Amino acid sequence: MTLDRRGFLAGATAAALASTTGSEAIAASPTTVMLPMENGTRPLVAFPQKRPLLMLSPRPPLLETPFHIFDEGVLTPNDAFFVRWHLAGIPTTVDAATHRIHVHGMVKRPLSLSVSDLRTQFKPVEIVAVNQCSGNSRGLFSPRVPGGQWDNGAMGNARWTGARLTDVLARAGLKDGVRQIRFHGLERPVLSTTPPFIKALSLDDIFDNGDIIIAYEMNGAPLPLLNGYPVRMVVPGWYATYWMKMLSDIEAIDTIDDNFWMKTAYRIPETPGNTVTPTQTGYKTVPINKMTVRSFATNVHDGGSVHAGSQMIRGIAFDNGSGIKAVQFSSDGGTTWRNATLGADYGRYSFRRWEVAFAAQRGKSYTLACRAIANSGETQTSIPVWNPAGFLRDVIETYKVSVS
Amino acid sequence: MKATTSRLALLALAVLMLGATTSGTVSITMPTVTVPLKPGPGMEVVNANCRTCHSAAYIYTQPRLNRAQWTAEVAKMKAAYGAPIADSDVNTIVDYLIAQNGKP
Repeated sequence: MTLDRRGFLAGATAAALASTTGSEAIAASPTTVMLPMENGTRPLVAFPQKRPLLMLSPRPPLLETPFHIFDEGVLTPNDAFFVRWHLAGIPTTVDAATHRIHVHGMVKRPLSLSVSDLRTQFKPVEIVAVNQCSGNSRGLFSPRVPGGQWDNGAMGNARWTGARLTDVLARAGLKDGVRQIRFHGLERPVLSTTPPFIKALSLDDIFDNGDIIIAYEMNGAPLPLLNGYPVRMVVPGWYATYWMKMLSDIEAIDTIDDNFWMKTAYRIPETPGNTVTPTQTGYKTVPINKMTVRSFATNVHDGGSVHAGSQMIRGIAFDNGSGIKAVQFSSDGGTTWRNATLGADYGRYSFRRWEVAFAAQRGKSYTLACRAIANSGETQTSIPVWNPAGFLRDVIETYKVSVS
Repeated sequence: MKATTSRLALLALAVLMLGATTSGTVSITMPTVTVPLKPGPGMEVVNANCRTCHSAAYIYTQPRLNRAQWTAEVAKMKAAYGAPIADSDVNTIVDYLIAQNGKP
């Protein structure tokens, strides 16, 4: 049995899939999903503390959230939350009692904080925020680009609880001249020659965004190990590459970090709209940073159907923290638009649910579309961004549906 | 003996569950899921050089890449990720990748 891109039943058998991919994973996987891209077959596999998710890779684990989950509520359940690791050296046993977060470098008072210290010595901050992989939707780029071939499910929205990063930095006391803070977790490369996964944020960005926290709870529970137990960075509004999992090391430096993961990887073109043509060269790049504005319908899917008569079309929208001002809906492929009704406000970094009434006539087909407008004024367009790393996808989503 | 074993197992389970609900030790066992390489010239070289660090899923889930793209991927693994790939093995690896999931 196979599920199509949005988790709806389609045809094909697991055996047929095994013969085309040679994957042993199929034996453990009663179902597979066909994502709308070449080589888009994904087995559904349950990893520890997780329900079956779309497995892009078992090692290191790359697991995508089936998109229909986003229709079920504004918060993404922990056991359905996507998983993305860069390096295969992931601890499979983590003791929160002995885990320490070292704060060092250009600080007046180096710290060694336990999770308990974070909980008891700093004011708890709760924030609902979208965590989205930089490469979310990379598999939908045209022309295609190499990299993790995600559909739209490498994202999730959770209520995070933790200590404010700026409070921790204040406790340590930054020395004059600090320019960036570097973050490192327990993830390790297999080979000593592979650059360890380290990310850095500039001090200005940290203090502009006072909402960065070191989170020890996710939706009121401990983080799943695969989402970074016992603590991870939460950088609201910014792509997930900065949300360091299993955070263990915070270092204040007086330089701009030039490690591979900042200087070479995770870069976007410094061009208008951060977009280039596939043959373009010679442009400057900058580290990826804040997320673009996006919206999705969650109860219809491209190539699917709607029933005849009136119904509600539902979805989600988010940006990088200005908040969603409006979501507009079109049933004629983007020629005319009307406002959807926004759902409850969980905060400016959260998914914002929306819904709109739609009347479908029997025998017709429609191209539905949605576009979000952020309070910043940023909105979605019908022209897809393109860059060689497959980042920042934010095109207006369209859904061709027939009436059943 | 059997009863003792199951009581111990229950105790272990309880400790694990406690860990999952408070702030103790969490242990997981990764599923024994692997994506095998398909037979073809160069498979053993790819197996020895590539799967040290990542699953073969990294090959089969890519769109079909052309020679220049697969060559760039192998070069990136060597230069950026420090894969100890012998220069003499690069062409063998690229040929295998194109045969498995490539295009002209």
